[in-house]
Amino acid sequence: MSLQRIFALVMRYLYLMRSSWPRLIELIYWPTMQMILWGFINQFFVGHSEWVAQAAGLLIGAVLLWDVLFRAQLGVSVVFFEEMYSRNLGHLFVSPLRPYELALALLTVSFLRTSIGVGAAAGLAIVLYRYSIFDMGLPLVAFFANLLVMGWAIGLMVVALVLRYGLGAESLAWAVIFAVAPVSGIYYPISVLPDWLQNIALLLPSSHVFEGMRAVVREHVFSFDSFWMAVLLNGVYLSIGIALYLFAFHIARKRGLLLQMGE
Amino acid sequence: MGALVIEVRRLSKRFGSVVAVDGISFAVPEGSTCALLGGNGAGKTTTLAMLLGLLLPSSGSIRIMGVDMVRNRYPALSRMNFTSPYVDLPHRLTVKQNLDVYARLYGVRHRSARLRTLAERFDLETLMDRAYGALSAGQRTRVALAKALLNEPEVLLMDEPTASLDPASADTVRTLLKTYQEQSGATVLLASHNMQEVERLCDKVLMLKQGRIVDQGTPAMLVQKYGRDSLEQVFIDIARDQDFRPAY
Repeated sequence: MSLQRIFALVMRYLYLMRSSWPRLIELIYWPTMQMILWGFINQFFVGHSEWVAQAAGLLIGAVLLWDVLFRAQLGVSVVFFEEMYSRNLGHLFVSPLRPYELALALLTVSFLRTSIGVGAAAGLAIVLYRYSIFDMGLPLVAFFANLLVMGWAIGLMVVALVLRYGLGAESLAWAVIFAVAPVSGIYYPISVLPDWLQNIALLLPSSHVFEGMRAVVREHVFSFDSFWMAVLLNGVYLSIGIALYLFAFHIARKRGLLLQMGE
Repeated sequence: MGALVIEVRRLSKRFGSVVAVDGISFAVPEGSTCALLGGNGAGKTTTLAMLLGLLLPSSGSIRIMGVDMVRNRYPALSRMNFTSPYVDLPHRLTVKQNLDVYARLYGVRHRSARLRTLAERFDLETLMDRAYGALSAGQRTRVALAKALLNEPEVLLMDEPTASLDPASADTVRTLLKTYQEQSGATVLLASHNMQEVERLCDKVLMLKQGRIVDQGTPAMLVQKYGRDSLEQVFIDIARDQDFRPAY
């Protein structure tokens, strides 16, 4: 593995961001809009819902963490699409770049993009609503890391599908993550779900993270059970994501898809 | 004749029932320039893609500088490079940024100096800070060629290096290529439709038709063998002859 090659690709994405201010604005825009919307909803419910009133900022914290998952996934898949839009994959893969080095570069860029986007929204939440997600302390690091890894895993799965089926599968990047949203218990405990759906929810690292977040915010308790379950599931998800990505790359080489990819 | 740098044996590629490359074998000696010549669908690009490892062969073997390109191509990739008008560079990045990224990918030492040298050689000095996407076709080709020479490759594979260029730009590119090849002693394999290019640059020609090598030799030898005035006429003879069968 070459850190220099990974750094080269990270530089390439940073150059791209620097050259396009709409891309930079977009990074911050959506998490901020979501946070503002849910901030007002939170303020409303504080006066009308005992459940929310017991834990000020619960919904704002939830939406910021949700955005970690969402941005982490997009950070992997959308950045990979940039290579396809620019028909650059052929050049990349005749260089000494290994497929796993590309994946590591995507994960690094995803981390940077997520930190910038959600970090800016979290900062604004302090100004607008006097709510600081950083008050969670160390558990926030655990939640952030778990959601980041889950986003990476789903992002790599989306990249695998796009490698296999081309940019026709691009819309999956936006659609897939919303399939897990209702069962992740972002804004409500998963106990409100039907029994059969709760069983599915328990298979998602995100549902354990959001349950864990509520335990911290409402009861000031860090649930190690939720944390370790999320870590374990993330291990499985990430392994599947990496395996699918490498398999899709192999298939792309077998079918000559790397030279054909473009808009 | 130098050592064999590219060795291809019984190479085939099938896509379902379509045979794109059908058991071709050839070798390219060190320091020579060889052309893959053939009409559309003859198998030129497929062959190049297999040599680069972008495409896995159905059968056969490829060795470049002694490296088995099917099993583990990476030891050879840092010593070779590639250019094609069908593979692009990121449009939003400047020329300098694009070359910088690829210089890092190829582990080029003294990057700034190398970029300056290439900018000078390819007359890119005034273009270095311009977005790649804002350049003309001829300028892009020069940038792509500079990218291909970043790591001073010992083996250079090129797919139609002067496609879509006006005659003056094409001539410039050919001169640059010829100069690099002569100065570095690199081995060059290029796929082309352009007979002038092939006659000017290549020591050897492999005539491809329907995925097979139907003839090969020096441009002069082929012209003489077919009793024609130019390689273009030989090409047309072979392309139009439906009953043409491989000589090798």
